[in-house]
Amino acid sequence: MTHRLSRRQLLAMTCATGSALLAACRREEATPTPGPAAGTPATGMRFDGVEVNVITFTGPQIAEPLQRRAPEFQQLTGAKINVITVPFADLYQKILTDFTTGTNSYHVIVFAPQWMADYVEPGYLEDLTPRIEADPALQWDDIAPFFRNFSATYGGKIYTIPLDGDFQMVYYRSDLLEAEGLKPPETWEDYLAIAQRFHGKDLNGDGVPDFGSGIAKRRGAQSYWMFWSIAASFLQSQGTQQGSFFDADTMEPLTNNEAFARALEIYKETGKYGPPDELNWDVGDSRAAFVTGRCALTIDWGDIGTLAIDPEQSKVKDKVGAIILPGSKEVWDRSAGKIVTCDANTCPHAINGVNHAPYAAFGGWSGAINKNAPAKVKDAGYAFLSYMSQPAQANVDVTIGRTGFNPYRTSQFENIDLWVKAGMSEAAARNYLGAIKDSLNSPNMVLDLRIPGAQRYQGVVLDTVLSRYLAGELTTKQAMEELTKGWNEITNELGREKQKQAYRSSLSIR
Amino acid sequence: MHESHPVTTQRASGDAVAIAARRIPRPQERFLAWLDRQAGAVLVLPAVLVILVLSIFPLLFSLYLSLSRFQPVAGGFRIDFVGFANYRKLLLGTEREHFLGSLGHIGVGGWMVFLLLAGLWVFLLWRSLSSGPVTSLRILGHGIVAFAGLLALWLAVRTIAASTGRPGTLVVTWVYVFGGVALQFLVGLLLATLCAQQLPGRRFFRVVFLLPMMITPVGVAYTFRMLTDTGKGPFAPVANWLGYANVSWVNDPWGARIAVMIGDLWQWTPFMFIVLLAALESQSSEPIEAAIVDGANRWQIFWHITLPQIAPVASTVILIRLIEAFKIFDMPNVLTGGGPGTATESLTLHAYVLWRSLDYGTSAAVAYSLLFVVTFVGIAYVRLMHRRLTEAL
Repeated sequence: MTHRLSRRQLLAMTCATGSALLAACRREEATPTPGPAAGTPATGMRFDGVEVNVITFTGPQIAEPLQRRAPEFQQLTGAKINVITVPFADLYQKILTDFTTGTNSYHVIVFAPQWMADYVEPGYLEDLTPRIEADPALQWDDIAPFFRNFSATYGGKIYTIPLDGDFQMVYYRSDLLEAEGLKPPETWEDYLAIAQRFHGKDLNGDGVPDFGSGIAKRRGAQSYWMFWSIAASFLQSQGTQQGSFFDADTMEPLTNNEAFARALEIYKETGKYGPPDELNWDVGDSRAAFVTGRCALTIDWGDIGTLAIDPEQSKVKDKVGAIILPGSKEVWDRSAGKIVTCDANTCPHAINGVNHAPYAAFGGWSGAINKNAPAKVKDAGYAFLSYMSQPAQANVDVTIGRTGFNPYRTSQFENIDLWVKAGMSEAAARNYLGAIKDSLNSPNMVLDLRIPGAQRYQGVVLDTVLSRYLAGELTTKQAMEELTKGWNEITNELGREKQKQAYRSSLSIR
Repeated sequence: MHESHPVTTQRASGDAVAIAARRIPRPQERFLAWLDRQAGAVLVLPAVLVILVLSIFPLLFSLYLSLSRFQPVAGGFRIDFVGFANYRKLLLGTEREHFLGSLGHIGVGGWMVFLLLAGLWVFLLWRSLSSGPVTSLRILGHGIVAFAGLLALWLAVRTIAASTGRPGTLVVTWVYVFGGVALQFLVGLLLATLCAQQLPGRRFFRVVFLLPMMITPVGVAYTFRMLTDTGKGPFAPVANWLGYANVSWVNDPWGARIAVMIGDLWQWTPFMFIVLLAALESQSSEPIEAAIVDGANRWQIFWHITLPQIAPVASTVILIRLIEAFKIFDMPNVLTGGGPGTATESLTLHAYVLWRSLDYGTSAAVAYSLLFVVTFVGIAYVRLMHRRLTEAL
């Protein structure tokens, strides 16, 4: 006869098995706990047994140096660094979700200081000011003033340690321009003229026609920074504090006017001299194309300078020149409400009558610490960030193309040897570092948008409008209207007065 | 009678009860009986809890989110109730063009297409209505379905067929769903019919045709991104040779949409294929043999015998794919990032783009609109087509 379980017996058995399993789990959990605690005094290292979770975006750039230096750091201090990577488009949101829900699984974040307002205001980030003051090895004063005072600071307190110096420049093929007797572009019109001149010619000797210009224009990637590099020279002429996104008195966007229309048209026209699938290019594509000699001009961060000397992929070693972002001879006069020609009043910082507005797009990858992490983990996390930024490590990392780190310390652009050792010719190094210095020393440097919801203003509304404009879904006028409407909607939603204050404090306006 | 004896013991006088109580300890017995009665509920409870926690609660919470605005504030976040503001934004506000597209003026051709499709729609509904008793409730139901369908058709024609119009994410999703599933069905049926023949190597091809379904969608999307790259992809020499080196599909809205649909077709045809193959192979052979004896040709056999036999299975698999296809995400996200402009953006991608910037409210509103559309299409399909096809057998 078969024995059948009654429901009662089944329940009893399930309960018994369940509690047995639970007990087993608890026992397993309990065993390793005393391990690390017992280990600490034996080895005598400062952070033995401490694990720090560092989140950044899926590299290889940025994540690569962190992953490469983590074992070194562990040997030095005993702290284990886990580098967690997520796709760039998800990074902002992932960090914020982790913090708002109180999960706090990320102890150190390596992120865009642009998003700082969204993280600092609710109080998620540790104030690093006292730690930095007590850390001579970091050589804080060696970091360029723009990054110290604008990128790393919010409301007078330091929240991040810069690991990367980000602002955009224009790169050109010095060999081609020299052969044709051309000067590097000073204005955006020059940029277009040079692009037109080389478009459709074979620029790398492979018999295939190449492109005059190649810019990352893919949606959901970096296109809005590239565009703002053009727009800023029309919108900001009175120095960094003037700002290029909004009128600081009314919080009205500066995106629906004649000057903005010009910027849009120039941006669209670069496409005429670009590759056919430029709308699908992100910086990965544009960088690969430029260093393989397929484009005569491009807009990019400092990365191309180091990628161009990478023997594995570059075909243009010592054929690359860098220059401060081209400018405009006409700018938007906010009080007059019209476009005006540059003179001593309208463009006080102009060079040869051209208003340059080097754009600190993105602001440079920086490290910050989660305020709610355990104290020991915060100490270890700070030590790691400081280690990454100390000249001994950073001055090597910024010369390697695949790190994605660009120079941000004075010692990095003063010291030519560093770059010659990395493989640049002395002339190329002087040219590259000269362009960086010109940009960083410009009193009209453009600060990236750093107010609550910055990601929505730029990453969603501006990005979508630009993509639709390039695809021909919107005319110039419609694009400006749509953008202005979209930005005003976010401003009103988040509170106009609050946003205005945030914008003013990001520009250090009292 | 059966009931006489036990009933007397239970409803007996005080004596009898006392005897029973002495024989068995009463509270324990009661307790055990109670336990036995509860056992059913207890056994079901974990499943119910899992469903409540993982399915019902998020569904209700996201409904609430779609009616509110999310904001991170000091020490956490704040959710403010804003009523239908998010839906208003989608249907009338700044997101309207993105969500619904922009309407253009249609010419004679557009009108012809609209009237033809509208006629077909009304005919299908009329057939469904007249197949059962005509009650006022059924008339109302059919009326709503007819109105919603016509409205959707009107939107689709005004945004797609009109030269000045432009479809929004809603209509683009319909294109992926209806166009894609129809293509997948036809190709799947063709391949299944081929593999059902006694051909050499058919076992090999069965496996080969199944492979795309096993690959992760993101992998497929990246593969297609490489394949469609006319500048440096594997087909670049071919494109060069044909003189298309400087033409990119990605610059043209329809080119990009078709590229997305080809990727989706490649990925999902195997699902149709395997189910239809099973249906083809399990059909009874007697009617076919009889038809051969009667002198029917291959086409007649297929149309009059095979197709009706596999109709229930075919209809079910189409229904499953219809619902599935509404969630298309990986292909447009990886292949084009939703571009050029918003030309290839599906509803899920639209919701994702909003969600990514913490605009949870509008994102949830898009997701709820999707849920609404899927439910509507699913029910309409079951009522109008599925029942008819499955009952035909």
